[in-house]
Amino acid sequence: MAVIDPIVQGILLGGLYALFATGLSMIFGVMRLVNLAHGDLSILAAFLALVTVRVTGLNPLLSLALVVPAMFCLGFLLQRGVLNFTLGRGVLPPVLATFGFSIIIQNLLLEAFSADSQRLNPGGIETASIALGDRLAIGWFPLITFVVAVLVLVGLQIFVSRTSLGRAFRATSDDQDAAELMGINNRSLYGLAMAISLGIVAVAGVFLGIRTTFVPSSGPDRLLFAFEAVIIGGLGSLWGTLAGGVILGVAQTIGAKLSPGWGVLTGHLVFLAVLLWRPTGLFAGAMKRSR
Amino acid sequence: MTPPAFAVARSTLASRIGAVVGAVLLVALATLPLWGNASLMRMLIEFISLLVLAQMWNLLAGYAGLVSIGQQAYVGLGGYALIVLADDVGLNPFVSVFLAGLVAAAFSIPTAALVFRFRGGYFAVGTWAVAEVYRLLIANSPRLGSGSGRTLAAVFPLARETREVLTYWLALVIAVGAILHGYLHLRSRFGLGLTAIRDSEPASESLGINVFRTKLWVYVIASFGGGMTGALIYLNLLRISPDAAFTVNWTAFMIFIAVIGGIGTIEGPIVGTVVFFLLREFLADYGSWYLILLGLIAVVVVIRYPQGLWGLIADRWDVRFFPVQRRVRLGSRPVG
Amino acid sequence: MSLLSVRELAAFYGDFQALFGITLRIDAGETVAVIGSNGAGKTTFLKAIAGLLPVHSEAVRFAEQPVGGRPAHELVALGIVMVPEGRRIFPSLSVEENLKVGAYGKRRGPWSLRRVYDLFPILAERADQPGTTLSGGEQQMLAIGRALMANPRLLLFDEISLGLAPVMVRNIYHAMSAIISGGTTALVVEQDVSQVLQVADRVYCFRKGRVSLEGRPADLSREQISAAYFGV
Repeated sequence: MAVIDPIVQGILLGGLYALFATGLSMIFGVMRLVNLAHGDLSILAAFLALVTVRVTGLNPLLSLALVVPAMFCLGFLLQRGVLNFTLGRGVLPPVLATFGFSIIIQNLLLEAFSADSQRLNPGGIETASIALGDRLAIGWFPLITFVVAVLVLVGLQIFVSRTSLGRAFRATSDDQDAAELMGINNRSLYGLAMAISLGIVAVAGVFLGIRTTFVPSSGPDRLLFAFEAVIIGGLGSLWGTLAGGVILGVAQTIGAKLSPGWGVLTGHLVFLAVLLWRPTGLFAGAMKRSR
Repeated sequence: MTPPAFAVARSTLASRIGAVVGAVLLVALATLPLWGNASLMRMLIEFISLLVLAQMWNLLAGYAGLVSIGQQAYVGLGGYALIVLADDVGLNPFVSVFLAGLVAAAFSIPTAALVFRFRGGYFAVGTWAVAEVYRLLIANSPRLGSGSGRTLAAVFPLARETREVLTYWLALVIAVGAILHGYLHLRSRFGLGLTAIRDSEPASESLGINVFRTKLWVYVIASFGGGMTGALIYLNLLRISPDAAFTVNWTAFMIFIAVIGGIGTIEGPIVGTVVFFLLREFLADYGSWYLILLGLIAVVVVIRYPQGLWGLIADRWDVRFFPVQRRVRLGSRPVG
Repeated sequence: MSLLSVRELAAFYGDFQALFGITLRIDAGETVAVIGSNGAGKTTFLKAIAGLLPVHSEAVRFAEQPVGGRPAHELVALGIVMVPEGRRIFPSLSVEENLKVGAYGKRRGPWSLRRVYDLFPILAERADQPGTTLSGGEQQMLAIGRALMANPRLLLFDEISLGLAPVMVRNIYHAMSAIISGGTTALVVEQDVSQVLQVADRVYCFRKGRVSLEGRPADLSREQISAAYFGV
């Protein structure tokens, strides 16, 4: 059916967008930092996977076992080494530092890999599809992506709502001074939060690199889509972020079906519409709670 | 006990010397077409373009606290407005540069209506998102040349030399205008209001300063400046395309120059632009390494030396060429 | 040997000096009150002790160790725990989660969730509600319970009667007596002088960032306290 197919594609794409969005909104929640290098870091992960595949011959999906820990450590280092010093001093330092990272990463990748298009090849799975009924076929890979995204979100939700560390995250995002009075070391917690965020973004980047071609300058678009998904869904709820990602994915896919150059633009327009009509997002306000 | 005699003065020795030097420099620059060559003129046009862009970003972020990473929107809008006004509408291309600034300013108002809903980091991303929307709208518009862009045809009747000299003088006028504007505007009540907002918004509100309107006004001015500069840039380059006109690199240049030079001062962007050009010349053979280095320096500066290069110099030697502050001189008779 | 010994403590907010050479001591098991009017420096003093303000390291000694200027989370690990002014309950956490986060530092001791619920049964009733849906007095109990979960050696109470009805204040102080009689050392900062003098072993009065009076409540007259409080 002409309409159902793009909607389903859009929903599955939305899973990937939700993955991008979650890393971004988590950092904002915990330390009020908007990581402008978020998208570029995912592309960095994709390039890391590329190198890993070339050197070891592993399947890109398996390369995650190396790429995710590497990005995890990078997140910790970036936060403790640089970003922690930009916090609590107004708007400019964090924006500037992360924007600086964005430009630095893009140009380093450009110098190292040139501007050629790249793609991660998982050996055929990305083109396989399963048939649902006789009129609808969905690709295996988009389905796997969506499932992985949901699993990551569920894992994060469990972490945040049921573990002692997750409680500390929530307390710090509520009131960082009072959290210090509980014995929580904010600086250390922020390092961990950024590490987790980059770990998630690494998964997103590798899946993106399998799904589509990428170049060193692909990062900023990822940031924009993540941002749009967060705003559409509303802050404060992981499931809202998933919904936001899905809505954005569906908008883009339907837009692209109407006219090839209009996919991304349709997403932007939906984002602007939500911004005008419901600035707090469509599913905002749902607090992350254990029960 | 009588209070000590004091005078509130504005100019300093440095600023008076600076004014003389500045006047001499201006005369030298204005007469450059007589004694300099074309490539020097082109370099100065580029210098001025980046300087004014950095001044505008400085105005936004350093004075109004609006950290935007979407100002490339107005560079692009200004550039395309020039093409449309000069080629399609048939107006004089040099006058169109100013009009392009007005067009950009017109677009900035609905943009502000959207992005002012955000604060801080999300404001930054929001401005970037809007810039992307403008880019995509233009890239999908056949009348504006779609993805491959357009060429400015209106200047073809002019001899090349004439065009270059006129563009250069236009650039000079814009540069002087931008610097004068920064200086005069910031000396005024408006400037005081801006400094108050920068220091504390709630306190400013309680003093009767309309924070929203002030910020909006600053945003519109910065967009006007950005649009005019965009038009100037493409008057010089003659060929525009969406990817080049709306690239975030414009913002990268603006920000790095303003931060490295020193945010919140008028001299800062000048120093920053000089550093930018030096770096680019030195690393000319190494592709985009100058940009990487620029980014690294900017990150270090914003963390360790937030007052920037000019701030370091000014603090060390207490020098100010553009005296926007008022100083209290103890022990002297009041002036006038 | 005092548990907490403060010597010539000075504290600044930027260029503004809030505390001038405070000298004070608390022995283990004691309850010491700090009274004074608004702006006298009481909360600044507590912030300095709790690690929220930078001060000279030797100015504050805890169990003979210099701890001045160390960050708050380190001091919690040592056993200096504050019940902050305004309660500062975490809105995203339930009552029980607020209590559990108080135990983040994992210090060993007699206090547990069970024991806090015994002390404040109302908290057990409301265990799953968001922390900020409680009334003012209940939130104060929650804040105290949360601090107890850290098994403190020194408990700092910052203006706990602020904004509460008199009945509530009496209840809170009743619970505080139970806590103190268990052997916990306490430093209580208060504007409500009458309540705190009933539980304190010794009292210091602050005025304009300095100690204006010191002694046992029984030894001090109304007039002496008034004079030290208001400076007339």
